[in-house]
Amino acid sequence: MNEVMAAAAAPITPGTYYNWGDVSIQSGNLVVIVVMLILFGLALVLPFPGGKSRK
Amino acid sequence: MSKKPSPMSWRKGDGVAGRPWRGRVREYDLFKELTIGVVVVGLLVLGLSAIFSSPDDAGVTLKSWAGAAPSDFVATATAELGGTSDTAGYGPPYNSTPDATQKLWFIDLQSLSGVRLPIDTANDFVITPLKTLPTPPPALALALALWSAATPGQQADWTAAYTAALAQAPNGDPAQVAAGSYGPVPALTQALLAMAAKGNLDGVLQNAGQPYNLNYTPTILFLGDGAYFQGLAATAHLTGEQWGVMNETGNTPGQSWLWLFSLLYQIEPFKSSANADILVVSTMLVLSLLLTLLPFIPGLRALPQRIPVHRLIWKDYYRQR
Amino acid sequence: MTRPAEPEPPVTEPPEPETGVHTWTGKSRRWFLKHLPPDKLLPEDQPSYVASWAYVFGMGAVAGLVFIIVSGVVLSFNGPQWYHVSSLGHFTNSAHLWSVELFFMFMVVHLWMKFWMAAWRGGRVLTWITGMVAFLVSIVTAFTGYLLQTNFDSQWIAFEAKDALNAVGVGAWFNVANVGQIFMWHIMLLPLAVGAVVALHVLLVRAHGVVPPLDAADTDAQLQASTPTSPDPEAKLS
Repeated sequence: MNEVMAAAAAPITPGTYYNWGDVSIQSGNLVVIVVMLILFGLALVLPFPGGKSRK
Repeated sequence: MSKKPSPMSWRKGDGVAGRPWRGRVREYDLFKELTIGVVVVGLLVLGLSAIFSSPDDAGVTLKSWAGAAPSDFVATATAELGGTSDTAGYGPPYNSTPDATQKLWFIDLQSLSGVRLPIDTANDFVITPLKTLPTPPPALALALALWSAATPGQQADWTAAYTAALAQAPNGDPAQVAAGSYGPVPALTQALLAMAAKGNLDGVLQNAGQPYNLNYTPTILFLGDGAYFQGLAATAHLTGEQWGVMNETGNTPGQSWLWLFSLLYQIEPFKSSANADILVVSTMLVLSLLLTLLPFIPGLRALPQRIPVHRLIWKDYYRQR
Repeated sequence: MTRPAEPEPPVTEPPEPETGVHTWTGKSRRWFLKHLPPDKLLPEDQPSYVASWAYVFGMGAVAGLVFIIVSGVVLSFNGPQWYHVSSLGHFTNSAHLWSVELFFMFMVVHLWMKFWMAAWRGGRVLTWITGMVAFLVSIVTAFTGYLLQTNFDSQWIAFEAKDALNAVGVGAWFNVANVGQIFMWHIMLLPLAVGAVVALHVLLVRAHGVVPPLDAADTDAQLQASTPTSPDPEAKLS
């Protein structure tokens, strides 16, 4: 019975959120979005191996 | 009018884009690249799973609700009896409350289905489950009889009075409610609370008399009518006004691709509209359609030409032409 | 990637369409082989301009999809409650979640790249459309998956999503609180749809070829070095 009460009392993990004005973003989602932007940027600027064209 | 299609058009045209490539090629091993891709992504999946795992916050049962927030349970049960809960006033597909549906101007899609998932909150959530008790205490049997014999008007008066009294009581505690004319409502709600606390109500409400039942509609609706369930969601940042549509419990990434869907609920006119859901869904459908048909849209499809990100993608090509 | 051997020059003329076919089967075969002959379906070379990291994300998304399916199949063997009680089950659930996250990450970056490349040019509009459809169907598939977690998150998602679906009138038939119904959508109906659309999308890329650079011109060096082009007798490739 006690563990039911304890589980019922704190069953939810809140997580870390960042807020700017009306925008509220979870840390996990923020990381995913930033990683996507980084991948996009890197893909544009990193040199591609074997880029020399062949006949 | 020029017959030549714009270079940004989707049409085949007679430019380089519309013809098979006859120019220089480079060696390319499709299966090898696929294998490398699968191995690299596989390592990423296994690594991320090992390090970050996945969340699994336990679900709420009627038993855990009754144990953690009994006053909220009683207040909700009263609202179900009185037909004043959100579910009772929802409209189709659960019941036919007039004027309850969401509309897009005059278009009322919610009424289309009719009442296909009928829920009578007073009977389905309270009376019928109580009647399944094999040996109800005499007080409960009397309360049930009183309730059935009363007119709907009398029932509404009792539940309204008890709801108001609960709101007045310190912490909404039913034990500290002022004396008043509540009929059998206190006895019925207390009996339901006891039934829930013992764990019997979960099975009875869920199964609805069937041996196999995978339909959780009554449980979800009953939980949602209370403040406890909603409070847990707010703790987890999952409610609509907390960008909840794209969130997951804890710090595990959720559905970041639903960012725009979530965003719309934070801004007007969606935020305070009674028709928020149909407005948001319609807007997202229109925007998705526009993006799908982008090749046909003259101004938008010319953006890649005007903002030349492609100069970076094909920098080797442009250097060697 | 710096091997000295040179690949074969591309086939300069498409194979002659078969003549003399008169059955449905024969005509279908001829149509398919005209648009997607074997060396186009499984080539050993690619145009010289396909030389950028921008091109890996489509493949990355497909690889993610492979792991979504594999982990999903393992979860299906054991039922939706398994991951609550088994540590291997929980790991498989994690693999399923992270492969979904990677799948969407790669797919969206792929979409960004294809937009900036204006990849619909040259008659490739169906490739764009099937790609968008794959994206949208994947979102619905993921949504039904979240409903099957059989934990607090799925309870809350069912409670909220019912409003959106009821508002558009389909909630009675697509009941997000009915686990049996949603289960069939998630493990059978929608994966079949995703698989079919992705397969079609990939075949279209193979059939049309990777879109050439914006502003590519016949005077470019990359097009001068090969045999002179003659007007394409197959101008009506769909």
